[in-house]
Amino acid sequence: MNSAKKVIGATIRWAWFGLLLTLAFAYLAAGLSRSGVARVKPVSDRNPPDTQLAESVDAASQEVPSGSLALDATLVALPASIKPAVENINRLRQENLAQHELPSAGQADWMTICRRISLALIGNGLSLEEIRQLERVPEAMRVRVHLNRLLVDSRYHNYWGERWTRFLVGTEGGQFVVYRRRRFRIWLTEIFSANKPYDQMVDDLITAEGLWTDKPQVNFLTATFDSNDGQADPIRLAARTSRAFLGLRIDCLQCHNDFLGNVNLGDVAEPREGMQTDFHQLAAFFTSAKTSGLQGVREGDVDYEYKYLDADEEVSVEPAVPFYPELLPADGTPRQRLAAWVTHPDNRQAARAAVSHVWALMFGQAMGEAVDNLPIDEKMDPTIESLADDFVDSGFNIRRLIRLIALSEAFGVDSRADFEVTPEHERQSAVFPLVRLRSEQVAGSIIQAARIKKTDRESSLILQLQTFGDTNDFVTRYGDMGEEELTSDNVTITQRLMMMNGRLVRELIKSNPVLNATSHINMFAGDDADVVKIVFLCVLNRYPTDAEGELFTQRLGEANNRENAIEDLYWVLLNSSELAWNH
Amino acid sequence: MTQQRLETSSEALCNRTAHLSRRTLLGAGVGGPMMSALASRLAWADEKGLNDPAKPRNVILLWLEGGPSQLETFDPHPGGRIGGEVKAIPTSAKGVEISDLLPQTAEQMHLTSLVRSVTSKEGDHQRALYNVKTGYRPDPTLKHPSIGAVLCHVDDRGADIPRNVSIVPGNSPGRGGYLGAKFDAFKVNDPAGRVSDVKRPVADPRYDQRLEDLWTLESEFRRGRLKNLDLDRTLHETATKSALTMMSSDQLDAFDVSQESKATLDAFGDSRFGRGCLAASRLIEVGVRCVEVTLGGWDSHVTNHSLQSSACETLDPALASLLKRLEEREMLDSTLLICGGEFGRTPTMNPADGRDHWPHGFSTLMAGCGIRRGAVFGATASDPKMDSDRPLDDVSDVTTVADIHATALSVLGVEHDFEEDTPIGRPLKRSEGTPITDIMA
Repeated sequence: MNSAKKVIGATIRWAWFGLLLTLAFAYLAAGLSRSGVARVKPVSDRNPPDTQLAESVDAASQEVPSGSLALDATLVALPASIKPAVENINRLRQENLAQHELPSAGQADWMTICRRISLALIGNGLSLEEIRQLERVPEAMRVRVHLNRLLVDSRYHNYWGERWTRFLVGTEGGQFVVYRRRRFRIWLTEIFSANKPYDQMVDDLITAEGLWTDKPQVNFLTATFDSNDGQADPIRLAARTSRAFLGLRIDCLQCHNDFLGNVNLGDVAEPREGMQTDFHQLAAFFTSAKTSGLQGVREGDVDYEYKYLDADEEVSVEPAVPFYPELLPADGTPRQRLAAWVTHPDNRQAARAAVSHVWALMFGQAMGEAVDNLPIDEKMDPTIESLADDFVDSGFNIRRLIRLIALSEAFGVDSRADFEVTPEHERQSAVFPLVRLRSEQVAGSIIQAARIKKTDRESSLILQLQTFGDTNDFVTRYGDMGEEELTSDNVTITQRLMMMNGRLVRELIKSNPVLNATSHINMFAGDDADVVKIVFLCVLNRYPTDAEGELFTQRLGEANNRENAIEDLYWVLLNSSELAWNH
Repeated sequence: MTQQRLETSSEALCNRTAHLSRRTLLGAGVGGPMMSALASRLAWADEKGLNDPAKPRNVILLWLEGGPSQLETFDPHPGGRIGGEVKAIPTSAKGVEISDLLPQTAEQMHLTSLVRSVTSKEGDHQRALYNVKTGYRPDPTLKHPSIGAVLCHVDDRGADIPRNVSIVPGNSPGRGGYLGAKFDAFKVNDPAGRVSDVKRPVADPRYDQRLEDLWTLESEFRRGRLKNLDLDRTLHETATKSALTMMSSDQLDAFDVSQESKATLDAFGDSRFGRGCLAASRLIEVGVRCVEVTLGGWDSHVTNHSLQSSACETLDPALASLLKRLEEREMLDSTLLICGGEFGRTPTMNPADGRDHWPHGFSTLMAGCGIRRGAVFGATASDPKMDSDRPLDDVSDVTTVADIHATALSVLGVEHDFEEDTPIGRPLKRSEGTPITDIMA
């Protein structure tokens, strides 16, 4: 009898224990990934993404010579719809130049355009290995082959992952510790690797739920925890959403109505001054993001009260959008509604903001004043408008947008001309604008210039570690612009000293038969003229002019120590304006 | 709107020799007994050259990164529930006591003013750091300049070597902000030896040949581009030539404190910060306008007393020796010294015997350049109520970070409320604070 009681007692205790465990697990699991939640989807009829280029291609693919070229046809192919879209934005550019009565410079050579593409997509110039591979392709195809290669290259995915991380969560430390930021960056890297549509990325960020470890996109919200006692900060998120996804700076509306005429909102056709209510109603959407202990961020109710300037007491603030109210769906959770509004195909401002940002990443600078200050009532450049149309129609396809920009005349035009170039020529895309390279681009360019082969994840571990460490050290000292990296900045004495006398340049150009191109070129290049050509290709991604070739060949011929002379040539080219500027 | 950039020509300024000097009046004995306190201060300032427009004013910022505890440094409240383990000791300033962790500094407090009531709204390191270094809270639309950048922008006098220098820079050395990167601080590490990257990596003939070839390459790059490419856009050649000037300047030796006697080096302390403070003095002497020296190690969320004591061991000899040296060399007349961090630390201890971030009443020390000597402004309660809704109730004579900036700019001769044009098209005051006149001579 006693033993039976013991058994029953033990069974009950274990049952309770098991129940508690199950409940605890269920509680924790509720914070993990969920599947198949029905969401408001604004885009009902998407064009297929062009990750698979084997689909309809234009006639160019037929031009690929067979046999001698080990060239994948997908590297030459482009979706058939690309060509008319590029022709359209080229026509708009020509009309704009005619309107301003400005001549256009000619198109740059293929290597210059490929260097621009490399700087934009992977943050450094071409390697000699890449140049030689491209030289085996018919010249007319080289740009598109290089572009297609890079779009499926992990260097592009990683580089853009970091660029967008800065744009979306900044570079400040605070509680957004290194590991969380890294998780967020990797998530974005995967977005670019899979070419996930932009609207889905934005939707994921705004509506993120769960644990930051399990759902890295949640870190878009957790990045603001430090200023709001461990909860998502609706003020900072409203400002960030506005700048990043709407291309609008409405931060001043946090404290007061816009009495300076800087921010117009409301009806796009007949806008009114921005109001304090616009900012806080946008912020109210994010008050539904509640942090719930081990479950991470969960969706809750909107709970926002605010005391407006000159008001006597706090009032309850209901979520509302600052323009296009008709696009805000009635159904869904607050953040789902906001995400659906931001990504709605008719939300013109959001599409313009996205296109402007990608344009700025490609050129290194915004087309206008800034990527996050695009007044809703000001007419945008027709090229941006046309690209925005195409971006929405293509289902927010980022790779397609990059292709359109990279293959356009505006991106391919020369940066020098046979007429007197003025800043107006740059503004109107009559010439390619001179843009100073950012610190990570300078670091990447000099590290790549010192190698014959491209430096990527397939490089040796020693080389990867050296590249990673050197890049970080260099960028820190050279000056990291943080999330303001698309704003222009002047060269400093510190930067010049680093390039002229600093350790990184010294290490990369000195004699090192294992790693450095200077030694490889000395050992394997033919005559002095060949050496000069190869060094120019490695560093500046172009052949020397006749005068340059003659001068530096003479230098090599006169030198007692040829390796020293090659090192000197490297130093000269690495210290040039041409290396430090995108041109 | 009245003050533009200071003209370097003395003709643009009032010629004080044409006026009857106040000192002459004093010497004539006509005003002595009747001299107002203000006139006395002016006379003192005049004698010290403070009113001499030809004498550039400079600033040294001793940046205590991480958040120094006011209770373990300049605002001790021993014996009570918040005091911790420190004791208060008397100083050379009458009636002023500071922590016993700073005994050498205590002997120089007669040269300084203490502001014990600084407050801000930023409790995160990065944001608070930006706030204290620029006087403005972080603003996503605009980057504000640091004091050194503003000073160099307003007054272009100075040395061959960069005029704005950050020694042992921490997370965020002074930046030019909207004034431009050319006003960014020049960053140097431990001044135990020469500045990095200023030595030619190859022999002179070879280096000169490299430069000659570089200019050839530059002329090719200019072809077919903007008319004044270097001056209007790249500044590449200009910056390169400035770097070369700096590399060959005798003033570069000012960075190298190893030239000082062992006794002097020992007095400042065998630390990067100590050497940085010594270098700061040497740099100001050769014409550098702003030097920032960083000392970390103040973020004491655990074992507060131990960490603060350790940091004070480094701070104390360096700060005291710097004050003494500036005074002995009559540099304190024209050099403003500011010592502080991004915020203070909580009056109460946390369970780990640490103090957390506290922007509601912390201390900043200022000295020189027209700052009163031996003064204290503001106070924090020794038995604070710690009402989270009204934290400033525990602070008397509340001041803000912006007020500290306004005070600093004022004594440096920079109009603090002058509105600068900014890239966003909105004029912005150099500081939105109000000078603390109680600590201004």
